[in-house]
Amino acid sequence: MTLYFTKEHEWLRVDGDSAVVGITKHAAEELGELVFVEVRDAGTEVTAGDSVAVVESVKAASDIYAPVDGEVLEGNATLTDDPARVSSDPEGEGWILKFRITNPDQLASLMDADAYAAFIA
Amino acid sequence: MSTDTLLHTPLFTLHEDAGGKMVPFAGYAMPLNYADGIMAEHRHVRTHAGLFDVSHMGQVKVRARSGSVEVAAKALERLVPADIVAIKNGRQRYTQFTNPQGGILDDLMVARLDDTLLLVVNAACKAADIALLQDELAECLVEPLEERALLAIQGPEAEQALAALVPDVKTMAFMDVRALDVDGASCVISRSGYTGEDGFEISVPALDASRVARKLMAQPNVKPIGLGARDSLRLEAGMCLYGADIDETTTPVEAALEWSIQKSRRKGGAREGGFPGADIILSQLENGVTRRRVGLKPEGRAPVRGGAPLYGDAAFEDGIGKVTSGAFGPTVEGPVAMGYVATAHADAGSPVFAELRGRAVPAVVAALPFVSSRFKR
Repeated sequence: MTLYFTKEHEWLRVDGDSAVVGITKHAAEELGELVFVEVRDAGTEVTAGDSVAVVESVKAASDIYAPVDGEVLEGNATLTDDPARVSSDPEGEGWILKFRITNPDQLASLMDADAYAAFIA
Repeated sequence: MSTDTLLHTPLFTLHEDAGGKMVPFAGYAMPLNYADGIMAEHRHVRTHAGLFDVSHMGQVKVRARSGSVEVAAKALERLVPADIVAIKNGRQRYTQFTNPQGGILDDLMVARLDDTLLLVVNAACKAADIALLQDELAECLVEPLEERALLAIQGPEAEQALAALVPDVKTMAFMDVRALDVDGASCVISRSGYTGEDGFEISVPALDASRVARKLMAQPNVKPIGLGARDSLRLEAGMCLYGADIDETTTPVEAALEWSIQKSRRKGGAREGGFPGADIILSQLENGVTRRRVGLKPEGRAPVRGGAPLYGDAAFEDGIGKVTSGAFGPTVEGPVAMGYVATAHADAGSPVFAELRGRAVPAVVAALPFVSSRFKR
């Protein structure tokens, strides 16, 4: 399993051709407590940069973007009743969606943990 | 946008010390929220007491050159539809500056204190408001109070917190205004606010503002609250935000603010009309309007935000208006919004649909406020 980070403050944990995607602790702190999370329907095919989910705080809605080309497999169903889980545990229980990667070459353009730490510093 | 070029209120250092997340707002660096976040701050105001810095708002003193408060009140009535003459000493009233089309240039509070009218106007409009007053009220001296800060303390424990410093506030009723000393500072206190809770607004000399604010924050259960929670609190309370829910294109009647136009200024009243757009506004009071500002309660949990189009049907064929403010209401524990709809859809309980990310979200027209107000009448 390899962990990648994006400039949009998302993380993805890649295992073979599938990945779990969430927002970073840094992003969760910036957004404040979330009140609503909506993931696009399972089976939706997207290209890198397309919106795959929306997370909403009291104040504003923010898109979650596909880090690479692929397909939405499923959203984290526990967030329907408890969206604040993203705020309290963004890199664990508060994962947002599972995703199938169709163009693994694009992973090379993402950051590792050290590069992301430098990016937000 | 960098916060370096922004104006600072007298409480800027206090905000930074308290961990405020500073954002640009109407040219000022203002706290969006502090470490607890918008949800917790909102709930704190509904259950305890919160202190807000609203020093970016404009405070303006209007006084007749003759010294007659009646002359000043009559002069101001040329710009607003409220009965200003009838405001008793030590009371205040909500009104709007209107334009010749009946639209709203700004909304404001007008207080009478002895021979003076004290106005509180919106930050983004204050330069234009002051110019308007100076141009139109030749018989008055119009003095912007630039050396005064404005604090608001709001919530069920606000009285207790402020009374610890100024016991006299306990005897004030909703919309009362008094000149009182707070910790040696000459203040003007009104029992009012923008949250739907009991509370006070305190006009305080800039040099004393930080000291007074810190004394209030030292009272039990008082926390600083940012603009984020201020917006969700006022939305749950059904109050308008200028520039979103009301503007130059909406009249007070379309905005459901006709309660702020007293009988004396309406058709057949003692001082009927005489303000910009009076012909249109008075005719709307008699004959009705084609659209109305209403509360909207969307189904489910997804917030419906300002700008979302509204329809009478889920197929988006029958456009009936749009959302002007919307958020997740932390006290309501669900999405709340307000907007304008065609009058046929404006009754409480009317089903409507909001367009959200291409889908139709069912909503019902809801009576305002969403959270019942707890003013001390």
